[in-house]
Amino acid sequence: MNASTARMLNKICTYLFLTLLSIVIIYPLLITASSAFRVGNSAAFQLDFSGSWTLDHFKRLFDETLYLNWYSNTLVIALSVMVLQVTIVTLAGYSYSRYRFAGRKKSLIFFLIIQMVPTMAALTAFYVLAMLIGALDQYWFLTAIYIGGGIPMNTWLMKGYFDTVPREIDEAARIDGAGHLRIFASIVLPLVKPMLAVQALWAFMAPFGDYLLTKFLLRSPERLTIAVGLQSFISNPQQQKVALFAAGAILAALPICVLFFFLQKNFVSGLTAGGTKG
Amino acid sequence: MNKHHTLTKQKRKAGLLSIIPGLGQIANQQLSKGLLFLAITGLFAFELCVFGIQALTGLMTLGSVPGEDHSLFMLIEGTLQLIVTMIFLMFYIFNIHDSRKTAAMKAAGLEVNTTAKDMICHAGDKGFPYLFTLPAYIMMVFVIIFPVLVTLFVALTNYDFYHIPPNRLIDWVGFKNFLNIFFLGSYRETFVNVLGWTVIWTICATTLQIILGIVTALFVNQDFIKGKRIFRMIFLFPWAVPAFITIMSFSNMFNDSIGAVNAQVIPLFNHLPFVELPAIAWKTDPFWTKTALIMIQTWLGFPYIYVMVTGVLQAIPGELYEAAKIDGATFIQRFRHITFPMILFATAPVMITQYTFNFNNFSIIYLFNEGGPGSAGAGAGSTDILISWIYKLTTGTSPQYSVAAAVTLLISFIVIGISLIAFKKSNAFGNEEVM
Repeated sequence: MNASTARMLNKICTYLFLTLLSIVIIYPLLITASSAFRVGNSAAFQLDFSGSWTLDHFKRLFDETLYLNWYSNTLVIALSVMVLQVTIVTLAGYSYSRYRFAGRKKSLIFFLIIQMVPTMAALTAFYVLAMLIGALDQYWFLTAIYIGGGIPMNTWLMKGYFDTVPREIDEAARIDGAGHLRIFASIVLPLVKPMLAVQALWAFMAPFGDYLLTKFLLRSPERLTIAVGLQSFISNPQQQKVALFAAGAILAALPICVLFFFLQKNFVSGLTAGGTKG
Repeated sequence: MNKHHTLTKQKRKAGLLSIIPGLGQIANQQLSKGLLFLAITGLFAFELCVFGIQALTGLMTLGSVPGEDHSLFMLIEGTLQLIVTMIFLMFYIFNIHDSRKTAAMKAAGLEVNTTAKDMICHAGDKGFPYLFTLPAYIMMVFVIIFPVLVTLFVALTNYDFYHIPPNRLIDWVGFKNFLNIFFLGSYRETFVNVLGWTVIWTICATTLQIILGIVTALFVNQDFIKGKRIFRMIFLFPWAVPAFITIMSFSNMFNDSIGAVNAQVIPLFNHLPFVELPAIAWKTDPFWTKTALIMIQTWLGFPYIYVMVTGVLQAIPGELYEAAKIDGATFIQRFRHITFPMILFATAPVMITQYTFNFNNFSIIYLFNEGGPGSAGAGAGSTDILISWIYKLTTGTSPQYSVAAAVTLLISFIVIGISLIAFKKSNAFGNEEVM
């Protein structure tokens, strides 16, 4: 076999692999998405383009179910987690990157170890605590758990990214007479915007996609989030609302996907800067 | 010699006086600081008398009169008090350290801040990083440390559906729950089964997603590929779409009788010559449920690895390959000695977190088939992993809180242990600049 045949063969294999993988990825997504627009209410997703199309399922989703409720609940939780967590993590990451204070190294190690404790480690306690203080169904409780759980790991990533900003920049500003807050807010912070965007997206996505904690801690139907709510459409075999599920899924996935593709360029730099450089 | 002598003497005196916080500082002529420290100590002593001592004794006894003493409240109040006490102890140590340091500075003839104004300025300057990290600490204490301590304590009690306060008391039982998990027939069998599947699940699913991620990145990253952006976008979808949505869709698609896989995909394959596949019992046969779970997780998890590895591949300098080619290295040799070590070096920590993530991947197990089919005893289904078993133990009709807490702790130990080894190996602290 000469070199050009080998190259040809390689080309064919590569494209075959990539095409097959693409089909495997697109098929389940397409089958779900298309079910949202198909007339009728079948009990299972089928890829079938023969029937007629409709937007009825979306209308029913808004009129007959609590979907809009769930959507706004999820947004409230996810947005509060995003704002608070990014603020806390940025402040802490900045301190660890820029200041050499007593106890710094010890507390960094503390963050690293705490980061390894899975949120699950406290699952029983969260449940018991929530029952005791009447925090079942309360968003502040859930929000606090999401924020606290995300802090250690993200502080590390944030610190790693701050480390990539040369310290000479703030030294120079200090000589010019800028105070702590000024250096932080108007000099260093603008330089880490890409990482802030990634952090914000992650902080937003975590509660948005979480199922476990909401399933544990939220009870009343109108207080649920999208994840738990949508599941009720599809888990009960007696009343399959597959089309409603599909419609709801599209509305939930669309904004996340747009944000994701918009910000994905920043992911790798953010991950590797924090993850491998320590 | 004499100077050194006064120094040690001053330090000792300040340290001794600080046994009551504040006195050392006052002796160092830092009156306002001393008064502040005294006030904090007074506050703590007051808190102890009003609430603390009772809370701590409550934690030890967990109550004695059923219906009147609420054991659970006592346990939680006691845990809170324990944390307050620990914070005070840290303050106490800092206080002794501080007064000795100030005494040493004075003895060495250095300037020491004595007025309140100076000290506030000084604290504002030096305390800035502490102020900035404080919110993170407060959140971690309340959301991680406090609940983990409560879990730890609950694991040492007999809190279950027989012992629901306030009608019944909870008692300390030591390590009985842990011993039961390891030695009591019914629990042990379930634990071993569930743990076994958890380990198989973690290793298979994660390794497959890593392999698929690396292979895809290698394929896409060849020079001749056209439409790289389109492929990249398609491959990112499983990561971009929230996982719960895709898992629920898959759950429907894998339905035994009406799901798309049995109703559409397999018949499609059967159109091929010599292929005759029967419908597969995805939801009712544990083996096939497990297979489906692993395939779905591979689908869900590979884009993350793919993105990371693509980043690494693009960072490897082309000259390295040119040089290797000139030296006559084959494709496989170049992969083994250049590409693979580079990938491993840059992404090892992330890959390890993937293993720990799947170890606790509740959503996929629960949303796909609720841990079923069938039963593995003690409330667990045949595809339940440890974390979903805990969920069932806690929220089932006859909750076993203490056993759930004990299993939770075991999981955490395993995860922390693996992470520690991994981080040590990958040397995450290696480049950390110290002080």
